Amino acid sequence: MKETLQKVNQPVRKKDAMNLLLGKPAYVDDITPQNCLVVKVLRSPHAHAMIEDIDVSDAQKVAGIEAIYTYHDVPQNRFTMAGQTYPEPSPYDRLILDQRVRFVGDAVAIVAGADEKSVDQAMKLIKVKYQVLEAVLDFHQAKDHPVLVHPEDNWKALCPVGADNQRNLCASEYNQDGDVDAVLASCDEVVERTYHTRANQQAMMETFRTYCEIDPFGRLHVISSTQIVFHVRRILAHALNISKSLIHVEKPRIGGGFGAKQTVVAEVYPAFVTWMTKKPSKMIYSRTECQIAGSPRHEMEITVKVGAMKDGTIRAIDVYTLSNTGAFGEHGPTTVGLSGHKSIPLYNNHLEAFRFAYDVVYTNVQAAGAYRGYGATQGIFAVESAVNELAARLGIDAVAIREKNMVQEGQVMSAYYNEMTKSCALNRCMEHAKKLFNWQDKSKVRVMPNGKVRAAGVAMAMQGSGISGVDVGSATIKLNDDGFYALSIGAADMGTGCDTILAQMAAECLECQVDDIIVFGADSDASPYDSGSYASSTTYVTGKAVEKACCQLKENICMIAAQMLECSNDDVEFDGKVVTCLSNHKQVTLHDIATQSMCGNTIATQVTVTHSSPVSPPPFMVGMVEIELDKETGQVDILDYVAVVDCGTVVNPNLARVQTEGGIVQGIGMALYENVQYNDKGAIAENSFMQYKIPTRLDIGKLRVEFESSYEETGPFGAKSIGEIVINTPSPAIAHAIYNATGVWLRDLPMTPEKIAMSLCEE
Amino acid sequence: MLDIKNYVRVQSLQEAYDLCQNRRNVIIGGMLWLKMQNRSVDTAIDLCDLGLNQIEDKGDEIHIGAMVTLRQLELDPLLNEYTHHALKESVKHIVGVQFRNLATIGGSLFGRYGFSDVLTMFLALDAYVELYHGGIVSIREFVEMRPSLDILVRIIVKKTPMQVVYLSQRNTQTDFPVLTCAISKMNQDYYCVIGARPLKATLLLDEKHLLDSSLSDESILAFADDIAQRVTLGSNLRGSADYRRHLTKVLIKRALWQLREEHNHGN
Amino acid sequence: MEIKINLNGKDIVSTIEPDTLLIDFLRQQGCLSVKRGCDTSNCGLCTVFQDDQPILSCSVLAARAAGHKIVTLEGMQKEAQGFAEFIADQGAEQCGFCNPGMMMNAMALLRENDDPSDEDILNYLAGNLCRCSGYEGQLRGIKNYIAYLKRSGKEDLS
Repeated sequence: MKETLQKVNQPVRKKDAMNLLLGKPAYVDDITPQNCLVVKVLRSPHAHAMIEDIDVSDAQKVAGIEAIYTYHDVPQNRFTMAGQTYPEPSPYDRLILDQRVRFVGDAVAIVAGADEKSVDQAMKLIKVKYQVLEAVLDFHQAKDHPVLVHPEDNWKALCPVGADNQRNLCASEYNQDGDVDAVLASCDEVVERTYHTRANQQAMMETFRTYCEIDPFGRLHVISSTQIVFHVRRILAHALNISKSLIHVEKPRIGGGFGAKQTVVAEVYPAFVTWMTKKPSKMIYSRTECQIAGSPRHEMEITVKVGAMKDGTIRAIDVYTLSNTGAFGEHGPTTVGLSGHKSIPLYNNHLEAFRFAYDVVYTNVQAAGAYRGYGATQGIFAVESAVNELAARLGIDAVAIREKNMVQEGQVMSAYYNEMTKSCALNRCMEHAKKLFNWQDKSKVRVMPNGKVRAAGVAMAMQGSGISGVDVGSATIKLNDDGFYALSIGAADMGTGCDTILAQMAAECLECQVDDIIVFGADSDASPYDSGSYASSTTYVTGKAVEKACCQLKENICMIAAQMLECSNDDVEFDGKVVTCLSNHKQVTLHDIATQSMCGNTIATQVTVTHSSPVSPPPFMVGMVEIELDKETGQVDILDYVAVVDCGTVVNPNLARVQTEGGIVQGIGMALYENVQYNDKGAIAENSFMQYKIPTRLDIGKLRVEFESSYEETGPFGAKSIGEIVINTPSPAIAHAIYNATGVWLRDLPMTPEKIAMSLCEE
Repeated sequence: MLDIKNYVRVQSLQEAYDLCQNRRNVIIGGMLWLKMQNRSVDTAIDLCDLGLNQIEDKGDEIHIGAMVTLRQLELDPLLNEYTHHALKESVKHIVGVQFRNLATIGGSLFGRYGFSDVLTMFLALDAYVELYHGGIVSIREFVEMRPSLDILVRIIVKKTPMQVVYLSQRNTQTDFPVLTCAISKMNQDYYCVIGARPLKATLLLDEKHLLDSSLSDESILAFADDIAQRVTLGSNLRGSADYRRHLTKVLIKRALWQLREEHNHGN
Repeated sequence: MEIKINLNGKDIVSTIEPDTLLIDFLRQQGCLSVKRGCDTSNCGLCTVFQDDQPILSCSVLAARAAGHKIVTLEGMQKEAQGFAEFIADQGAEQCGFCNPGMMMNAMALLRENDDPSDEDILNYLAGNLCRCSGYEGQLRGIKNYIAYLKRSGKEDLS
């Protein structure tokens, strides 16, 4: 099958490419009315406080002000904004507005008015009297701290994740396989190190934004930039305390998500305003709001112990992660799991024992959320760095130690829920990367005539493909007049191109052109149910649903044709254009079948299939980086970044390549300069693109991406995921290169020029 | 959010001067920094009709109108020939072309911003500013003056033969600098300017005459150490005072090496 | 206040507030390609031409733009179409939100310099942020477009 692919594995143009490039209206603010209520949120200046008094009387008098809401006005049932399958592992710890504010930027009041000016003026006139409380700002001190972030009685955790609000614990767990301590004790070398990663921002170019109106049926119609239309419906129903049947959520084109829009960050505010006033309203987050009240990556501190023999055989890995979920628990209990479960299995080959324990703590800083990589990124930085440190101590080449210990196809991964790698080309990725990068020569440290040092680093990565046994993907495929097809999905294309790659799969099954498939999604009223686009699930889970649905539709097409040809159902063959009766060789075209299907027909020309996978096959990759380091200023220039990825069958080589390049560049930003610093009041300094620096095109060097495909039999056409894994290698690979250039290990991200230069001064 | 009640394109400097005596009125310059402020303005005063967007060769001097953009400076052949392209180097890292098409030299200098590459550069050029009311003052004096209700009309660069090198250290290519350093040599005197300290740029001279005899590796290092000891440095998001002190030495050393090299090549 | 402005080749008269930013004015005029990505003049999403120079429309008062010629991507559709094909062929548009600003600035570059080096391209577009693509696909597309222009230019001569 693999050899005969026609539409899958082709560099098809994204269906929306030209319209997006030509600037046609496509996003929330382009396609919704300008003359609706403007919604803004007054935000707390304190990291932890109780609102003693809030007086909105003067603010309400401002001309144009429609409504101002405070904690007195909102439903009192707690919910979570995390876009996850119900019952959510994230605790129910939020109200739309709460009397207790828990971070600098927390919502204090919602203001809705005719225009931005009146709303801004009204916000200035709201008088709030705070009782300022001691804040928990250091996540090392949070667990069992006398100050509780969530002391309230109606806080609840729906799932057994080890949460305890009376201990500032959002989650806590411990698991192991084998006797880790005994194996470590019998190792020749044990490296124990602690690594620290920051609360990076997704920094998608389109900020959070949502438009709401009441539809002709009196329902709440929500148009939002979201990855998760069905979860938004449920979460809004919980937050507003109304029936889910009263809510309709759709997403237009999305200006980037990267996980940020897997949390219901902005939706509740305009939804509440419109539900209360019955008037259309819109909320557009400013960039500052995105930076201080968004849903960034969880800050983590990860302690790794790796035990090995002198020959480099890695026998045991022990990981403890302390994760900072901030003021609320969105994605807290789940992201942390990946820090161990998607790092330790990379070294499965000779692994005799592992232990993975974690605590996820509440603090009075911005709540974290989902960001591409989802905990794996943090864990892989730690474990990959520790393995590089181990290799250096043992005097073994960093590639060689990986070749010896990396997970192989057909192995059961004890640290990955005992799942077996049915498809794994990690060994081929390494071989390919080594050649492409010229590891043999470039791994040698070179001092250039200008005194700068060139050096190289390496890292591996894995991720999952959807959440096994949880994620649901569905596809509806329908035959229309003239023989074109409509594919409906509930997954969300956020620029990733899933509308296109799913159409490629449909075209492959239905043996037609990709242009013969129109794609619709996502809409909670009209789309078949889908968990949404996150956890690297869409290609793998929804893709399989598309494949199955198209196969079923083909059967129905054949049934209609068989009636027309007056032969039996198993006596016909469909080649995408015509159905042929095998015995009498009579033919009927798809065009005629489609026409016939609309007259006196009782066979469905629309099929919906729902798919879920009991496994989550990991994609794998290798990243190698060459840097040039200025030992005096500490500046690191990326010269060359080579990535070789095993995402199973590459559905669209162009889109997979650009996904990889984009993920690497985000990873470079995380590694080198994307920083989050708090002042002693808990306010974030990097509150804009002026202060939070993401890579420009001058900061990234040359990227080279190639693929080394395995074939994943449980995926559509052998495909696995690609969206998240690609962000995981830069931090450890660059840290490794910096060590090779300087002899200094940097274990605290970002690895700024100052950290490098000053650590060299100290020597 | 910036709130403006009136917008006036003044037709004379006097009109602008009269308007700006009211502290609630403001000259908008390139408007890039003003735009980010949360303030109310009665009248926004726009100088765009006054023909101040010209770079003029006046024989012994180059006159740069206050509304000349950073992009004009970057591309101007006369100024870049005179500064051996150091001027281009000083502005090319500032955000992007679109930004530099708006940001004006007048706005950059009048604000006396700590992060200013432009201020660092023009201090090293020993330039003069012409204030509408205050007349012509050296930029050295101007940088120390308290902000007044005056108008910066133009910048005057004397064509004193000189050498100049501009260097900066940034955490990303287009970020604000962690430190700026410009060193020039005019009439046998060295002008060393350190900016983004993060305080505004300051001019330091070779008070100990360390460079008088020659630009040897030893004298360069001694000079770099001397300046690094004398200059006041602080900490902000982009770097600590200690790192800046370290960078001060590195950038001065490199700037002087480059100056020496250019000299040896007869530039 | 009332302004006269030449927008995408048409003279228009419009009433604005003194503090209306050009970006907001342009969106009110239906030029929805113009996007806001930051509030600090850092992202380049709002790039338009003022008198043929690329500028940030988020950082200019509409009042200041009065009397000038403003062109947005809506007014450049024909030129942009040919160029866009090359970006689309890389899949480098991704989410698309930064595309209009990048398209405008790349076309500005090619008006100033019809044979830019890689370094010229990267420097000129440094003020156009993109979080999806990693920039490499955009660079490939731009270079392919330039190569195409050169080829077709030669064909025109021959």
